[in-house]
Amino acid sequence: MPPAVEARGVGMVFGRGAEAIEALKDIDLVLAPGDFASLIGPSGCGKSTLLRLIGDLATPSAGELAINGKTPEQARLDRDYGMVFQSATLLDWRNVKRNVELPLEIMGFESEARAAKAQEMLALVQLEHFADHYPWQLSGGMQQRVAIARALAFNPSLLLMDEPFGALDEMTRELMQQEVLRIWEETDTTVVFVTHSIPEAVFLSTRVLVMSSRPGWISDEITIDLGTKREEDTREAPRYFELITEVREALRRDERGKA
Amino acid sequence: MATRGMRRVTQSGLSILGIVVVFVILWEGYKFAWTALEWSWPVRPDNRTIPHTWDIVGALFQPAQRNGPLLLWVELKAALLTLREALVGFLIGGAIGFGLGVLFVRSTTAERAFMPYVVASQTVPIIAIAPMVVVWGGRLAVPQWLTVSLIAAYLTFFPVIINTVRGLRSPEATSMELMRSYASTPRETLWKLQVPAALPYIFTALKVSAAASVIGAIVGELPAGFRGGLGRDLLQFSQQFTAAPQKLFAAVILAGLAGIVFVGVITFTEHRLVAAARRQA
Repeated sequence: MPPAVEARGVGMVFGRGAEAIEALKDIDLVLAPGDFASLIGPSGCGKSTLLRLIGDLATPSAGELAINGKTPEQARLDRDYGMVFQSATLLDWRNVKRNVELPLEIMGFESEARAAKAQEMLALVQLEHFADHYPWQLSGGMQQRVAIARALAFNPSLLLMDEPFGALDEMTRELMQQEVLRIWEETDTTVVFVTHSIPEAVFLSTRVLVMSSRPGWISDEITIDLGTKREEDTREAPRYFELITEVREALRRDERGKA
Repeated sequence: MATRGMRRVTQSGLSILGIVVVFVILWEGYKFAWTALEWSWPVRPDNRTIPHTWDIVGALFQPAQRNGPLLLWVELKAALLTLREALVGFLIGGAIGFGLGVLFVRSTTAERAFMPYVVASQTVPIIAIAPMVVVWGGRLAVPQWLTVSLIAAYLTFFPVIINTVRGLRSPEATSMELMRSYASTPRETLWKLQVPAALPYIFTALKVSAAASVIGAIVGELPAGFRGGLGRDLLQFSQQFTAAPQKLFAAVILAGLAGIVFVGVITFTEHRLVAAARRQA
């Protein structure tokens, strides 16, 4: 099985000439299928840009990038990506069920298959009783759960999440993290997760990739050995705090290195 | 639900009636007060300049010509003819506007090339365009009423094109990226994301266009020499204004009603197609 993500010397430059900005430089990265990798770093370190390159929303200016052994474009055409952004971006003229069905409609599923799949996905995110509600009738956390259900409806092998819980309050955020972990276990998807939050990265991930800015590159990698079964108790485990400290120090080291 | 709908209809019926009553009181009050005070500014209160409201309504129930049918019937028929021209023009103009809007959103090259001409077309007065369309239509043996519709279409397409472009571009960048991640074709993105998102914008334009198409049809009837529509009658009554001013006012009321009916139909369609939370105006 090829790696889920394989980057060799990937770079990204925005603009040209004197105004060119080097957003990413020499990114080397291999993610195995089933990894839960978090990208963490200061604002402007290019973590969202890297996610966009992986998702074929932008094309790298240098280096090689392979997704499941294919070009990112081929992976996109093969519908390998499920995406979740910071805002849920649900279509407000469609109810919850029809929002989840949207990708399935585009991919040409029959109406019965779509309905069954939507029902299954809504059960997965525990919103089966809200199928007929409209997005504006839901809380921010519920909307984001619909977005996750929509992203997973067509069984993508890779789930790309760009600060998906950034706009949620702390309580909802922790609940959503639990949800994502459960879903990740149930679906064996590879997840690439962009976040600002150190505890969030540690709690969720199997690997935390620490990024540094100007130009953006991966300065550290920390393997999170908290096991696969993580619960609310995990947030109080000594090892959890050690890992948080480790990530924090890695982030500080980078900032000092530049100063 | 049914009773709530009924109550809303009753309410809006009552408010329309209320406005008519207030208007009549203001109109007759002006006449009465200005006559009593012997004021003549801004408008003289005599029956030549401001006929009594009952004379205007009364004019509708008198024969248009000696021994002919009532003015009301003549003008209602005229209004229906004009509305038909306006409707056809509205459909042609709306389709052209929507089509060009889609084209411009698909291709910025096309937008940059054609948009200046679209804007320029609207600065040319309709009274300059209308005779040309009539002459060309006559050469090509286009039916007269269709010529009038084409003039109406000329006034209709502009608001639609502008709002279609805006509406099709209204989805957030992330929504477009989601469609991209589904490997959606441009056509599917158009119909599943962009057009539904644009509907509130398009309906706002359609309401403006509906009113404009009635004006276009009325104005278009004049150079076309089209008989039996509102345009001809309005012109004739304005020439007879000093002799019988109430006739012109009566025809104006019917022209206004024609516009209201048309805009009302559009609003009704909008309410069926677009959820309350998304309507713009």
